[in-house]
Amino acid sequence: MARAVWDSSVGKKTVMAVSGLIMLAYLVVHMLGNLKIFFGSAEFNGYAHWLRTLGEPFLHHEWALWIVRVVLVAAVVAHATAAYQLSRRDIRARPTKYVHTRRRASYATRTMRWGGVILGLFIVWHILDLTTGTVHPNGFQSGHPYQNVIDTFSTWYGNVIYLVAMLALGLHIRHGFWSAAQTLGAGSRTRDRALKAIANALALVLTLGFVSVPVAVMTGVVS
Amino acid sequence: MKLTLRVWRQRAADTEGAMSTYEVDDISPDMSFLEMLDTLNEDLILRGEDPVAFDHDCREGICGACSLVINGDAHGPERTTTCQLHMRSFADGDTIDVEPWRASAFPVIKDLVVDRSAFDRIIQAGGYITAPTGSAPEAHATAVPKPDADLAFEHAECIGCGACVAACPNGAAMLFTSAKVNHLNVLPQGAPERETRVLDMVARMDEEGFGGCTLAGECATACPKGIPLVSITHMNKEWLRATRKAGKR
Ligand code: HEM
Ligand code: SF4
Ligand code: FES
Repeated sequence: MARAVWDSSVGKKTVMAVSGLIMLAYLVVHMLGNLKIFFGSAEFNGYAHWLRTLGEPFLHHEWALWIVRVVLVAAVVAHATAAYQLSRRDIRARPTKYVHTRRRASYATRTMRWGGVILGLFIVWHILDLTTGTVHPNGFQSGHPYQNVIDTFSTWYGNVIYLVAMLALGLHIRHGFWSAAQTLGAGSRTRDRALKAIANALALVLTLGFVSVPVAVMTGVVS
Repeated sequence: MKLTLRVWRQRAADTEGAMSTYEVDDISPDMSFLEMLDTLNEDLILRGEDPVAFDHDCREGICGACSLVINGDAHGPERTTTCQLHMRSFADGDTIDVEPWRASAFPVIKDLVVDRSAFDRIIQAGGYITAPTGSAPEAHATAVPKPDADLAFEHAECIGCGACVAACPNGAAMLFTSAKVNHLNVLPQGAPERETRVLDMVARMDEEGFGGCTLAGECATACPKGIPLVSITHMNKEWLRATRKAGKR
């Protein structure tokens, strides 16, 4: 059955919808966690430490975190692979452009592919910056995420990369959430307006929530 | 009315094509778009040139033979078929671009005529019911709830013109296929093949080289019969249901 799903354009889109919704659910939790930065370094670092002890003593130290990481990596890989393969199919199916062109579908709809590429690159940079510290600007300190976040958002490029990625995220979710509902067969005539409203609300709340952190560092509210 | 037409001319499937410019005069606003092209063709024949090839049959908006992308819109600026589009939708002195449906599953045969037999093969894969032939059955023998009958009828309106594919940025045939699947899948007559129908028609659609759905919504905007975008959602639901059932067996 897995083969039949992956080989069908409708099935592959289902994989995209499910993996996209898994990432979306994670991002809601991640955004809420980030807001703890407004309550000071002790609370933020304490929260980061608690994430590592989550599930103990049933789970070993950091296991919950690793389970989440494995699921997320699987979701990103499945989502991006399906996106790439479906995009190839779409471009092959429409090789000749019309001579007479005009603007069509909404901005969010037209930017799903490039927006997705921006998000993919952002995810890599973000992990190298704040998880492994490989490209961190100012001496990465493991176990002190509060200071690390402030260091990143004290560089101009850290802010630019982050803000661009969060705008791309908002647009991606605006079309993506509604789209996933259609792919999974959950849309209907009567539910359409509600689904679009939820998509817009999710996009707005996530973007504003994530963006509030660099803005707070830039303006000195968090230091 | 006096108009300038820029028309896609291509001698055969395997030759290069290009846009050619023609002037047409004495066009009445009450003419249909196809009658306007007839006028152009009469002129071309008198001048000893090759007339523009385009598809048409009923000329009353029910057969689905006419096509044409007019100024970038499948079937032109009104929500109807090209044969039902009238010249009053244009202004005197306009320049109008006329192109064939564009999709690799719909190759150009000549000028504005494309090969839409990929649609026939999607129908062959499951767009039918198995019923004994003979005289019509007693009308009350199989009761159909009114909402189901309405839904089936709405989808049965699809005339297979292919405007949905022409308008789709991915050359996808999802709206057409969903119209055909939903039409039969909601009816008791279509129930025996409910699962195989959706699985086989979607598989055929993929094999024919149509693109995938990104829910851009261009198809439903272009469809002259008003098949709604949510038809695709219903078909996705039917496909997922059939796939789950096939997995259990
Ligand atoms: C690796 C980077 C990513 C790439 C390359 C990517 C690309 C894409 C593409 C091409 C689509 C299909 C667009 C369309 O149908 O018009 C899509 C849909 C979607 N994406 Fe992403 N995306 C990425 C990351 C994300 C992230 C981080 C999320 C989490 C919020 C997400 C959530 C979604 C959702 C929910 C959909 C809708 C699925 C559907 O249409 O059924 N994507 N993505
Ligand atoms: S769904 Fe609409 S646009 Fe597509 S083939 Fe049927 S009638 Fe034509
Ligand atoms: S010619 Fe039959 S629908 Fe236009």
